[in-house]
Amino acid sequence: MARVTLTVNGAKRTDDVAPRLLLVQYLREVAELTGTHVGCETSVCGACTVLVNGRAVKSCTQLAVQCDGASVTTIEGLATDGKLHPLQEAFWAEHGLQCGFCTPGMILSAHALLEQDKDPSEATIRHALGGNLCRCTGYHNIVRSVQSAARAMR
Amino acid sequence: MPVTVPKFIGARVRRKEDPRLITGRATYTDDIVLPRMAYVKLVRSTQAHAKLTKVDVAAAKQMPGVIAVVTGEDIKDRIAPLPVAHKIPDLKVPAHTALAMGEVRHVGEAIVAIVADTAAQATDAAEHVVVDYEPLPAVTDVEQAAAGAPFVHADLGTNVAFTFPFKAGDPDAQLAKAPVKIRQRIMNQRLIPVAIEPRCVIADYDAGYQKLTLTSTTQIPHLLRLLLGAVLSLPEHKIRVVAPEVGGGFGSKLNLYPEEPLLAHLSQRLGRPVKWTETRTEGFLATIHGRDQLAEVEVGAGKDGRLLALKVKLWQDLGAYHQLLTPVIPTLTVLMLPGCYTVKDVAVELKGVFTDKTPTDAYRGAGRPEATFIIERVMDLIAAATGKDPAEVRRLNFPAANAFPYLTATGLTYDSGNYQGTLDKLLEKAHYAKLRKEQAEQRAKGALMGIGLSTYVEVCGLGPSAAMPAGGWEACELEVRRSGKVVVKTGASPHGQGEETTFAQIVADGFGLTPDDVEIVHGDTDAVAEGIGTFGSRAQAVGGAALARCVETVRTKARRIAAHLLEASVEDIIFEDGKLFPTGVPAKAKTFMDIVNVAYLADQLPQEIEPGLSAVHFFEPTNFTFPFGAHLAVVDVDKDTGKVTLRRYVAVDDCGTLINPMIVEGQLHGGIAQGVAQALFEEAVYDAGGQLVTGELMDYAVPKAAFLPSWELDHTVTPTPVNVLGAKGVGEAGTIASGAAIMNAVVDALQPYGVKHMDMPATAQKVWRAMQGGAK
Repeated sequence: MARVTLTVNGAKRTDDVAPRLLLVQYLREVAELTGTHVGCETSVCGACTVLVNGRAVKSCTQLAVQCDGASVTTIEGLATDGKLHPLQEAFWAEHGLQCGFCTPGMILSAHALLEQDKDPSEATIRHALGGNLCRCTGYHNIVRSVQSAARAMR
Repeated sequence: MPVTVPKFIGARVRRKEDPRLITGRATYTDDIVLPRMAYVKLVRSTQAHAKLTKVDVAAAKQMPGVIAVVTGEDIKDRIAPLPVAHKIPDLKVPAHTALAMGEVRHVGEAIVAIVADTAAQATDAAEHVVVDYEPLPAVTDVEQAAAGAPFVHADLGTNVAFTFPFKAGDPDAQLAKAPVKIRQRIMNQRLIPVAIEPRCVIADYDAGYQKLTLTSTTQIPHLLRLLLGAVLSLPEHKIRVVAPEVGGGFGSKLNLYPEEPLLAHLSQRLGRPVKWTETRTEGFLATIHGRDQLAEVEVGAGKDGRLLALKVKLWQDLGAYHQLLTPVIPTLTVLMLPGCYTVKDVAVELKGVFTDKTPTDAYRGAGRPEATFIIERVMDLIAAATGKDPAEVRRLNFPAANAFPYLTATGLTYDSGNYQGTLDKLLEKAHYAKLRKEQAEQRAKGALMGIGLSTYVEVCGLGPSAAMPAGGWEACELEVRRSGKVVVKTGASPHGQGEETTFAQIVADGFGLTPDDVEIVHGDTDAVAEGIGTFGSRAQAVGGAALARCVETVRTKARRIAAHLLEASVEDIIFEDGKLFPTGVPAKAKTFMDIVNVAYLADQLPQEIEPGLSAVHFFEPTNFTFPFGAHLAVVDVDKDTGKVTLRRYVAVDDCGTLINPMIVEGQLHGGIAQGVAQALFEEAVYDAGGQLVTGELMDYAVPKAAFLPSWELDHTVTPTPVNVLGAKGVGEAGTIASGAAIMNAVVDALQPYGVKHMDMPATAQKVWRAMQGGAK
């Protein structure tokens, strides 16, 4: 077992974890935050995307021990004071999700994009979401959602 | 439904399910952890076809945390072979056991189940199972398999599970005298559904109550309950199936999989809840695949472009076993081969053939994209052969808008339609004439631009029970609570389709409520008594119709109560916008809440009206529904690399009444993307030895956002007479239509190279080869 201290959605916690424990397992099983999903275990589908120190990271191919000292934001930590983040609001308004399984990862990848680029073009958005697969929406409304959130956040 | 002026039906209501999904508060099966839960790992075959000479589990049993290790031999008396639902005469049904018995017939077939205290321990122990294989010849090519040995199931003495012949009119005579004759071999490649949520099963057998609770990523909780009871010899009323949030299905979760009865049995055996979560690699091998259908097509046409005769031989690759609906899927292809055309002389011979591959079954469209791809390619082949515009050839072969209900060559009655209407609207919206002009200019410059059409009709709203292997109705219960809020329990358990919203819209309009006043309960067989499930674009057309009946029954009772209170006759009571009043006297109105109070307080009710306000209905449709539409793709092909770029995609669809246009559009967006994926990107490839070469997401090209354009949609509305809502279903339309539109565009782009046909996917390599004259 290894001792790790992480700040998860603003709250600091210390846990003893197996060295092989993946960050996504740590979040789902130790921190009991099941909004982060596992879709492929190979960094392709992006359902497990979270923010580690503000950067979008595939938590299925990162060990918990690698994140010792890091600050992690999951989908559960995006709304503040009960108010949805503009991205959450936009995905809802623009019908940017159907089954919802890819949605947390999709929103967090979009979050990382909008930190870098306040006014991304459609092509930029599509490229930036290349690490997140959605099988339901054909991406059309996801792109609309990100555009709409970008407008709201400017 | 004589509901008053619709307020929510037809409105773009935001989805009620979204707040939990966008905040990470939704509960999918894998999110559930039960006290004392153990974890299951399956050891799967690495061989396509082999005898199991030894399965040594001794070392695995000694591994830390291991509770049990079971083989096919251990469970053979406890779990019956998995059933197939069908009405095909003389279908050969080989035993499909939950764990292999002495022989494996596809890579990924489960051999051993390991149960341990943690998932990691189960995975570690699986590494210590030693399986000795004696390889047997594997067959992966459907034509070779149909021709004879080697056999997937030696005891059958053939790989052909069934033949399904169909004939209408005299296609041979028509073909003989047709001035234009065309032959074409057309392949619908094998696809892998890849719902982003992997499958997951939790079984919890309560020995005290002798009751099994099975939580599963399923589209069909009630059918699963029935099938589990049959396979496990458990009384069905002692089984509860729960489908919590389900992360996409596309048909791949419309099944009874080996893991479901296996986990149930393990929980019963061990007295602990057990969980199994599929890895993505397992998903590629052990969740059903789709399509894999070969066609040899012979066409006779007139010089004017009229389709006179259609003869099709079909070979459906079934894979190694029947899953729940495996042999049924290609029969839908047979039924839909005439498409939206008036051809009367049709012959089809379908063979279902076993191979040493993962079983095929329903994948979005399920048999209909295959039919559409064939008939829509045929239309373009006729256009090419006769020198006519593809749009004009289609128009010539449409039934007239006033010819509905229209009886097709294959015996279906198309409920309603106006195929000219959608095509006209499409050509106008896409500026077809302008596109053709641009194409001519591009060609003159040597650039390769292609325009492709697909005018489709699909069979949906599955369906009348007489035409279904396991019932085609849907059930619904509606309860008005004492507070005036409404609870609806539907058997059409959704997995992303937004029924919590659309069903609430229907109820809200019926009683003058808002969608937030309505709770839709689904996905739990203890909460919802009966149901069939969500597949075949049926949830709205059949499940919604059952709900509409419930609304009408409760409205009628409310009007009876109002009539009593207002001393009027029930026929005179208007129920509008949540108010009930005698015709012409709105001032005397009782509110819906007044009626609810009287219904439950019951002290003012006359003897002949029972207390309470609720309804239960089973809706049995009298026919399928037949949504239709016209799609157009514009592609550019890179002359040097063969890369196809989808520049524009325009669709005009008609799915009857739109309950929520936003959700309808979303279904079309995703559906179109899945058809485009088949046309341009995806293909499950096996090598000759039966190994799946495209066994992970790095090798199997599920499209990313940047692969696809935005979709341009429009619609017409031709309600179906089959249900009171007029809704036809829309879940599969996009997928059924789009593959053909894309491929017609690609072939059109390659016209300067004399290319007449290309099979999917149109990868750069395939297109480049065709440009070098290597097209087959």
